Amino acid sequence: MAAVTQKRGLALEALLLVEICAFCVFPFYWMVTTSLKTQVVALQSPPAWLFTPTLANYTEVLFEDKVGIALINSIIVAVCTTALAVGLGTPAAYALARFEFRGKTDLWFWFITNRFVSPVVLAFPVFLISRDLGLRDTHLALILMYLTFTLPIVIWLCTDQFRSIPKELDEAAMLEGASQWRIFRSICLPLAMPGVAVSAILSFIFSWNELLFAYILAPKAAKTAPAMAVTFMEGYSVPYGKIMATSTLIVVPVLIFALLASKHLVRGLTMGAVK
Amino acid sequence: MTTRVRRSTLIGFLGPAVAALLLVGIVPLGFAVWKSLHYFNLTKIAQSRFVGLENYIFVLTDPVFWQAMGRTALLFAISVPTQIAIGLTIALVLHRPGMTLFKTLTRLSLVLPMATTYAVVGLLAQVMLNQKYGVINQMLGWVGIDAVNFIGDPTNAFIAVVMWDIWQWTPFVALVLLAGLSTVPPEIEEAAELETRSPWIILRNIQLPYLIPSLVAVLILRTADTLKLFDMPFTMTRGGPGAATEFIAILIERVGNRQFDIGLASAQSIIMLAVTIVLARLYIRLFYREVR
Repeated sequence: MAAVTQKRGLALEALLLVEICAFCVFPFYWMVTTSLKTQVVALQSPPAWLFTPTLANYTEVLFEDKVGIALINSIIVAVCTTALAVGLGTPAAYALARFEFRGKTDLWFWFITNRFVSPVVLAFPVFLISRDLGLRDTHLALILMYLTFTLPIVIWLCTDQFRSIPKELDEAAMLEGASQWRIFRSICLPLAMPGVAVSAILSFIFSWNELLFAYILAPKAAKTAPAMAVTFMEGYSVPYGKIMATSTLIVVPVLIFALLASKHLVRGLTMGAVK
Repeated sequence: MTTRVRRSTLIGFLGPAVAALLLVGIVPLGFAVWKSLHYFNLTKIAQSRFVGLENYIFVLTDPVFWQAMGRTALLFAISVPTQIAIGLTIALVLHRPGMTLFKTLTRLSLVLPMATTYAVVGLLAQVMLNQKYGVINQMLGWVGIDAVNFIGDPTNAFIAVVMWDIWQWTPFVALVLLAGLSTVPPEIEEAAELETRSPWIILRNIQLPYLIPSLVAVLILRTADTLKLFDMPFTMTRGGPGAATEFIAILIERVGNRQFDIGLASAQSIIMLAVTIVLARLYIRLFYREVR
């Protein structure tokens, strides 16, 4: 009897796991299959599950609808803002982890509070400022604005990482006469590389996904891929296959990065409240 | 523990990051405060003038603003408890020993929704929820439910946004709670399992105390993210039909970007920012005690 109920329990658990997976993965399955449909097949009612796939949507969006350019814009913005956030954030994180100074807590609060500020608060003033400075519709404007969320992530994750490096290493180096900068660059930064890599991946994901700043600040030349996908919805007939092909192209790189950093994604999203 | 260093060294390490965040965070904010004290409409630049607190008085007594706030609160009140209930169930299943490979796969698939570009999530909703061509309505048809006009009907559109928010963020809640469950010492759990067979008693008396930090984290982060919520409902419904899915961030975007009233939009966003900062401080005080 007990064995039977236990078996049934296991089967139930397995079924539940399958359901959870299906719940998470099904929309992606539908996105990819729709991207392989022609407009005629996509507008079948009821929707078709079996059909002859075509790559026409991909060639069309990439080469005719400038999604290729938008993806390149997205890559430029995400890579530059990540590099900048790591370059500016790691020394700051080192200082927060190692040095004693007045106002440290307040500075820390201020860095982390940026994680909570809605982009809509900053978007309009930045729109006006960038227009006056001639920075509207440039990569630079987006790269700088994305620092508002990438820099706090890098600072948080790297401070944590630097704290976990034994202080004795610094002290030994200091006795040898090494400067703080030297200790940071030659000893601590190489040891903190895992944390730096994770924070870089998370910065990339968040910048890649951003829509509001991109939508308001970069309407044409510097338009990023998510903003591009939105414009497809503005016509009279909605090209489902093309929208889903664009969506697939946008989502695949972030999903790969997310799976690479899957263990740290939750930590990054909660700014370290959960280890 | 920590070292005292010369001021110049300190500035060398911290200066660039502080300068960058001042430039992109504080300068625009100051500009927004300044603009919020003006009548400033991009289509009527000539009429721009200093109006003092007039915009703030207008916003605080504006039913449209409070309706958007109420809608945002309602979204939070429906979707977050649902996310916690489903998320906790998922976390408890994953926390049980056995079927390791299967559970690792499940955990990986949980990572996908929350990493997905939020704008794409809204577009997917458009495609999957379409009354005629949508797969969700096809599935409802299989169990004998008539096709629902999800996007075109005000109530249904709101329900659709709630459903999609639940899809995207339940996995996140599940993983945060799973991390909380892994802090329960296994000895205590095993001892309790010898005492009782009821998983409910174990959850309430043994696991819940360890879950409190994760639950508070979920509540406050979901609050901040719901206040920020823009991409998904924007690409899905543009805030419509009518104002049925016009959440606070979408309202501010409409006033600033589609009505060009940047003075008013600035006042709205400063008020929203005040709410956000109170919540952020609360969060930081609860979780980052170790820094002080």
